[in-house]
Amino acid sequence: MTVAHKTRAPGPAAGRRSTPPPESAPGRPRAGRRRRSAALTPWLFLAAPLALLLMFTFLPVADMIGYSFTDWDGISPVRSYVGGENYTDLVTRPARFEVFLVSGFYLAASFLQIALALYFATVLSFNTRYRNLFKGLLFFPYLINGVAVGFVFLYFFQPDGTLDTLLRLVGAEAEHLWLGDPDLANPSLAGVSVWRFMGLNMVLFLGAIQSIPPHLYEAAELDGANRWQQFRHIIAPSIKPIISLSFILAVSGSLAVFEIPYIMTGGANGTETFVIQTVKLAFQFDKVGLASASAVVLLILILLITWVQRRLFPEERVELS
Amino acid sequence: MTTDTSAPSPRTARAGRTVPVRLSVALKYLSLLLASAVVLVPLVVVLLTSLKTESEVANSGPLSLPGDWFNFANYATAIEQGAMLRAFGNTTLILVVSTAGTVLIGSMTAYAIDRFQFRLKKVVMGLFLLATLVPSVTTQVATFQVIDDLGAFNSRWAPILLYTGTDIVAIYIFLQFIRSIPVSLDEAARIDGANSWTIYRKIILPMLRPAIATVVIVKGIAIYNDFYVPFLYMPDPELGTISTALFRFKGPFGAHWETISAGTIVVIVPTLIVFLALQRFIYSGFAAGSTK
Repeated sequence: MTVAHKTRAPGPAAGRRSTPPPESAPGRPRAGRRRRSAALTPWLFLAAPLALLLMFTFLPVADMIGYSFTDWDGISPVRSYVGGENYTDLVTRPARFEVFLVSGFYLAASFLQIALALYFATVLSFNTRYRNLFKGLLFFPYLINGVAVGFVFLYFFQPDGTLDTLLRLVGAEAEHLWLGDPDLANPSLAGVSVWRFMGLNMVLFLGAIQSIPPHLYEAAELDGANRWQQFRHIIAPSIKPIISLSFILAVSGSLAVFEIPYIMTGGANGTETFVIQTVKLAFQFDKVGLASASAVVLLILILLITWVQRRLFPEERVELS
Repeated sequence: MTTDTSAPSPRTARAGRTVPVRLSVALKYLSLLLASAVVLVPLVVVLLTSLKTESEVANSGPLSLPGDWFNFANYATAIEQGAMLRAFGNTTLILVVSTAGTVLIGSMTAYAIDRFQFRLKKVVMGLFLLATLVPSVTTQVATFQVIDDLGAFNSRWAPILLYTGTDIVAIYIFLQFIRSIPVSLDEAARIDGANSWTIYRKIILPMLRPAIATVVIVKGIAIYNDFYVPFLYMPDPELGTISTALFRFKGPFGAHWETISAGTIVVIVPTLIVFLALQRFIYSGFAAGSTK
């Protein structure tokens, strides 16, 4: 190691770690070539990742912004510039904004989901019998294939199906068109999303709760704090970053809902979401220009939300003990 | 968890609190049982339906039990007519290639960024950071054109390229992990005459094994379950994956819930097996993957 330090002659381009080994650099010209190849080495490793990154992230974003100012149908070689027409179309036609109301249902549902996840994460981080079994059961829906989830709940919500039968068992009025009635369809679908994603939130909260030093509870217990007080003063403050992150993800997630409503209702009965609308515009009605404008709006919204989150909750470590 | 914080305190010391404690314990278990039922009932009903005959489904309620618990006829129909074996084949192929690609791309990126000083390093890191902010659903309309221009539409290359090329989270997991691998290992190898490629292959990759396991699990489950990409990019039924093959049940099997249920169970069972086998790694994997 000492030899290496002595003979090391870092050039401007070659860095600390990429300096060629000393014993293999006796003559000047060879060392120069070595150094140039050392400067090239990271790029050899980065070539493929960067190519994919540019091709599948940045090129689409640039293209999309370009398309959004045209009337392109996605196929024809002609695309004419229409200026901001697509954007005015989006803003002025109220029907296009109804999809945001649908997002509201998913947003409300995700608040319920976060509350449930917090409750179960707290309960399961203390001594509970069959804790791992319960944890596994509640998490498992998150791993299930989306199409399978869709079919499970299509059957569950059938008229006179599982849910109606269960309601009748407890004496409630049964036979609802859970997915056919526009008043019930969105809450039903949002319920499926709670069923599916609650476990993920729970596991994330559980992980955060487990990193709280145990002596804090002991101290609180000695002071006579009950479970709720412990939650309020120890658990909640120390997992605040992950809770706030969950809320932000809930907002952007609610805007990007696609799979479950598409599989279960195809967007019928007032369940069309922003992404379903965009996919239909682009791939069924061949309005790539308009769809691009709508995707740009979604992208800007999500970037805005992320920016707000970073401003409101800068990544800080919570010091507790 | 080593500390047991909820053990009831000695009765003698807090005799007054035992009744509410007992009540809260009862409520706790009640809520857990209720939640478990909410998770299980929809799934169990589908399992029961998959074992029923067509007339049983038509003539009895969804909560009734099948007459013959070993009636697997619906499974045969689903697997055969739903072309599910081919779908498993397609999914496996795409999954293996894309996961291997993601591991390679992610670890190479992490190695280059963490172990070298080079010009534009900040720019490169910035590009990867910026990419995390762009959700892929928003760019799908334009990504579609890129895939189409590459001639990959309606081929297995479309999902493989997309899964491999857009996984920024994997890159982050590798970057986080590679920081904990001591640089002195690289330096020792370099003194022994190893070049960067050898160091990457012989030292970095083996040391990254836990991170690779995380990425493989999270990525594998995501690809197995993905509907969006195969649905949009591979409409050819020959190329059906598990998700799109199951989605096609909606048409021909319309109201044949016994067949649809069997197909659904066939898709869920592998996930259940993987979950039971790898539980511990799955939790930590998703925690590592989602919070970035």
